[in-house]
Amino acid sequence: MSFYPLSSFPLRTTRVHEVCGPAATGFAAIAAASAGRAVLWVREARQTDTLYPVGFAPFLDPSTLLFARTRNQVDSLAVAEEALKDGAIPLVVIEITRPLDLREGRRLQLAARAGQTTGLCIIPEGMGSNAAETRWRATPVFDSSREDSTLMRWEIIKNKSRTIGAWNVCWDAQAHRLHVVSSVGERPGSARASN
Amino acid sequence: MWFPRLASDRVLRARPTDAPFVLFQCHGTTETIRCLNRTAEAAGLHAGMRMADARSFCPDLISRPADPAGDVRFLRGLRRWAERFCPWVGLDGEDGLALDVTGASHLWGGEAAMLADMRARLDRAGLSVRLGLAGTRGAAWALAHFGTEASTEEDLLSLPVAALRVPPDTVTALQRLGLRRIGDLVATARAPLARRFGRELLLRLDQLLGEVPEPVTPEAEPPHFGVRLTLPEPIGLEADVMAVIERLLKPLCEKLKTQETGARSMCLTLHRVDHGSQQIELRLAAAMRDPARILPLFARGVAEVDAGFGIDRIRLAATVVEPLPIRQIDPTETPHPDRLQDLITRIGTRIGLENIQRFLPADSHIPERGFLVAPAAFSEAQSGFHTQRPRPLRLFPPEPIQGNGPTPPAQFRWRGMRLHTGCATGPERIAPEWWLADENWRSGIRDYWKVATREGRRLWLFHTPQCPGWFVQGEFA
Repeated sequence: MSFYPLSSFPLRTTRVHEVCGPAATGFAAIAAASAGRAVLWVREARQTDTLYPVGFAPFLDPSTLLFARTRNQVDSLAVAEEALKDGAIPLVVIEITRPLDLREGRRLQLAARAGQTTGLCIIPEGMGSNAAETRWRATPVFDSSREDSTLMRWEIIKNKSRTIGAWNVCWDAQAHRLHVVSSVGERPGSARASN
Repeated sequence: MWFPRLASDRVLRARPTDAPFVLFQCHGTTETIRCLNRTAEAAGLHAGMRMADARSFCPDLISRPADPAGDVRFLRGLRRWAERFCPWVGLDGEDGLALDVTGASHLWGGEAAMLADMRARLDRAGLSVRLGLAGTRGAAWALAHFGTEASTEEDLLSLPVAALRVPPDTVTALQRLGLRRIGDLVATARAPLARRFGRELLLRLDQLLGEVPEPVTPEAEPPHFGVRLTLPEPIGLEADVMAVIERLLKPLCEKLKTQETGARSMCLTLHRVDHGSQQIELRLAAAMRDPARILPLFARGVAEVDAGFGIDRIRLAATVVEPLPIRQIDPTETPHPDRLQDLITRIGTRIGLENIQRFLPADSHIPERGFLVAPAAFSEAQSGFHTQRPRPLRLFPPEPIQGNGPTPPAQFRWRGMRLHTGCATGPERIAPEWWLADENWRSGIRDYWKVATREGRRLWLFHTPQCPGWFVQGEFA
């Protein structure tokens, strides 16, 4: 039985996965928290937004975060391939700005398999590669009950080895684990649950 | 060998001039002359004179600030050069060299011929030099500083007492006693001299006369981390070049190990048959000296080399070394950090070692300054990121939105989306750091709000009460 009650999460190692949607950064942070040790985050230098390490503190120790600033996506992919193949870093996160072709996606898959590591591409919506093992869409969900809520909806929109699915999840910063939250209608006490 | 004008000669070698020239140094607010050329000396200037006086003496004076560190470096260079005359060369003060030419002078055709050769070579280099040759180091010093070119060891006793390398006040006191020449001092009874002036005077005298030995201490050559290989036949295959590098790395790493250092940066020079040469520079993420780990790091650089008609000479040098003490092997230690550093080095050869970075905590309430970004190869990981308040995962340059008043707007447009505020947490007031001028914080204090929108997005908004406006600065997961 897996630690998390989600199928296909934690992400299958030796594969490269994709995530899109507004909460993709949160998804990557949670994936990094469950991967442990060091994380390499590859992004292009020209991106104006920055990762904010203090914001990562509830998920993982920001000092374990290494990031590579590259000139363009070709460099990003080369760095990611090198890191995936090496195996010293269990999780490599790559921010993608243009769609990967099949060759590039496949190379990343082979590198991850060679190094026994996991890759995670943060992709803009609809820029997925066919070579990806799974593709997730993470969207934040409004939660009126808690003001520090991290409620998100994770959907697997592509899965090579299992079925697709959707879950509402939230991150518990104290226990450092992911909770699956039932949909509003199915919670204990709600109208549908009492039937 | 005494270089009376070392500092000014060094500068004048680069731009020769016949005009009076001085180098000055600053003591607090006064500038005094440190070194001057012959023309300036003829104009009545002397070392130690104030620059203001010197300028009034000599209106067309050219002056430059002195660079004592550069002079020391220059003297060290001269020391290496002087090893052509004899192997035993030491520094003598700030502006002299002591050469132990015992057994070496006959190679130059006798002492006189050797001195003439030295003088001619230094003259050609534009350095004024005073040479003294004697049986002891003290006597040679005295002849160089106080003798003339023609003076020999017989003239030693007629030299002034200042030639004994004693402090100036001792010299003054001796002169007051009427002991002006070294010969006078030799003729005087020793015991009263020792009682009056201490043992140093007699020690210097004995050293001059050869009663007490005074060895020349040659400087240790700094270790040189470079190896090269010349091949009988040119090579062009990548595997061959790698094999050569492997052979070169072994002695180089042995040398690094005996010196307890590790290479931080290496330079591989490949000379081709047609006299072209190519360099591969390798910067390492950590000091290392393990050939097996360094060799694969060269693979990428070697693959890019154009061998042309073949490579016949290869030189490998560790250009930057760092101390790396030998450590006891710890069986419980994981090999993980080494692997990570190798990976950083390999990635660094592609995108530059500075571009692999890590976050370090910084002590500031300002969100943008709450962390530092440092190259991972040149910093240690530090923990210590604290959050009492929720902080976003991503920060971006503030993006203005429509809004009035101190509470977040009920609805607003951001990045083309119409968003409705569902739940707002705040305000958290952050004041600018007035001791640091920051362009972005000109608008004054900021009230930060965490706003969860009904559409789902959780944004970090701020309001600037002193310059009313609403901005989005970050997004939570």
